[in-house]
Amino acid sequence: MDESLLRSLTPSVIGVLVRRGADFPAAEDAVQEALVEAVLRKDDGEDGEEPVRDPRGWLTTVAWRKFLDAARADTARRRRQDLVHEEPAPGPVPSVDDTLQLYFLCAHPSLTPSSAVALTLRAVGGLTTRQIARAYLVPEATMAQRISRAKRTVSGVGFDRPGDVSTVLRVLYLVFNEGYSGDVDLSAEAIRLTRQLAAAIDHPEVAGLLALMLLHHARRAARTAPDGALVPLAEQDRARWDTALISEGVMVLQAALARDRLGEYQAQAAIAALHADAPSAGETDWVQIVEWYDELVRLTDSPVARLNRAVAVGEADGPRAGLKALAELDGSLPRYTAVAAYLQERDGDRVTAARLYAEAARSATDLAERDYLTRRAARLNALG
Amino acid sequence: MAKYLLLKHYRGAPAPVNDVPMDRWTPEEISAHVQYMNDFAARLEGTGEFVDGLALAPEGAWVRYDGEGRPPVTDGPFAETKDLIAGWMVIDVDSYERAVELAGELSAAPGAGGRPIHEWLEVRPFLSAPPTITD
Repeated sequence: MDESLLRSLTPSVIGVLVRRGADFPAAEDAVQEALVEAVLRKDDGEDGEEPVRDPRGWLTTVAWRKFLDAARADTARRRRQDLVHEEPAPGPVPSVDDTLQLYFLCAHPSLTPSSAVALTLRAVGGLTTRQIARAYLVPEATMAQRISRAKRTVSGVGFDRPGDVSTVLRVLYLVFNEGYSGDVDLSAEAIRLTRQLAAAIDHPEVAGLLALMLLHHARRAARTAPDGALVPLAEQDRARWDTALISEGVMVLQAALARDRLGEYQAQAAIAALHADAPSAGETDWVQIVEWYDELVRLTDSPVARLNRAVAVGEADGPRAGLKALAELDGSLPRYTAVAAYLQERDGDRVTAARLYAEAARSATDLAERDYLTRRAARLNALG
Repeated sequence: MAKYLLLKHYRGAPAPVNDVPMDRWTPEEISAHVQYMNDFAARLEGTGEFVDGLALAPEGAWVRYDGEGRPPVTDGPFAETKDLIAGWMVIDVDSYERAVELAGELSAAPGAGGRPIHEWLEVRPFLSAPPTITD
């Protein structure tokens, strides 16, 4: 069966089970087992089984059977056998509310970020524990425990209590930023889930996050060289940007901005859109980008936004102005030194820039960034 | 969600507080020490924070390429090194503070007299793949 279709059906099937009386952890387990059975089904070969005509109905039936099996086997909870007799007549059920509630449940504030991410990928995203474990490079047993602890944490939480959209968005953004590794493309997965959320809930910030992801994702192919080295925005081959994703992102963003309820994701998406819009790095509208960073700083008061603003100021008003904006910030911010190095280089002070690049490389937290900064320092040192 | 390496040292780290060499411990004390670390790893698997861990033998050698057509040069066993890794554990935790907290717990493994050895553990973050957002 089509795996991505099955994944998209996951939240609504969990919802059906919960409404029929299963508690969330048991429902989630049952759907997960049904998904595994679906993947193992040989329905496309010559000696295979009959193809499934109604995947949603199939998944619901199998998941419900798995749930009943588990409930029957669980003698301590023999009571649940009664549910067999209460099984409602099958039929179409609205799935929108269930999906939404699952999003909120999986991003519950009582969960740590990593637990919320893992639970969202499994319960809403329909990924298997093995896939999630591989994506995060931890053993399957560890990820299984992370997920079951997360489920225990939220098992007492009412399924129909409305949650906080901003927490859900943060979890989805965390998934997106994890990027690509192994057989699951987490960025694409985050986009899929955010699309699903945007279809279920009418909220400008959901649209803002979706636009932001689309606009960033559109530049992914150009962001790394074939050898894995980081290619900075200004040096990227813009022909490799995905124009379809960009125009979709811009459209989603414009619709959101028209609602006149600005939020941080819309502001970030607006900045990304201005970058995507420039035919060349030199033609970037930095003045407008600075204005959006002003909005972003106003909305979030985030030190990272202030740091990025200093870069934009450096482009709009010259490196001296950028250094002046930078001087007002805390020097211990991540990437502060890298930004200082860049602005010093633009200002013509090669010696200081080389020293700062090397210093920034030592405190970089990812490999590609460290290599990039080391190369910058080496290049300036070679120029003498 | 970042991975950290916890390094135990045979030597090279500052001396632990309860600094009695392991060969002077009683067999029961050694068992208790090993059990503590196994329990610690099992507990981290339960919290979803364990990635991997192994102990290393103290014996080892330096190996170096010695030019085309020649066998590698070896030198050892670690004759000149002042630092010697005893074992390592990789954890995947939500914050640096959590990594330090766990290293602190691991450092409390019992030693001579059943008292914590208070050994120094090195905590090093892994360099990760670049995040999606770079501009």
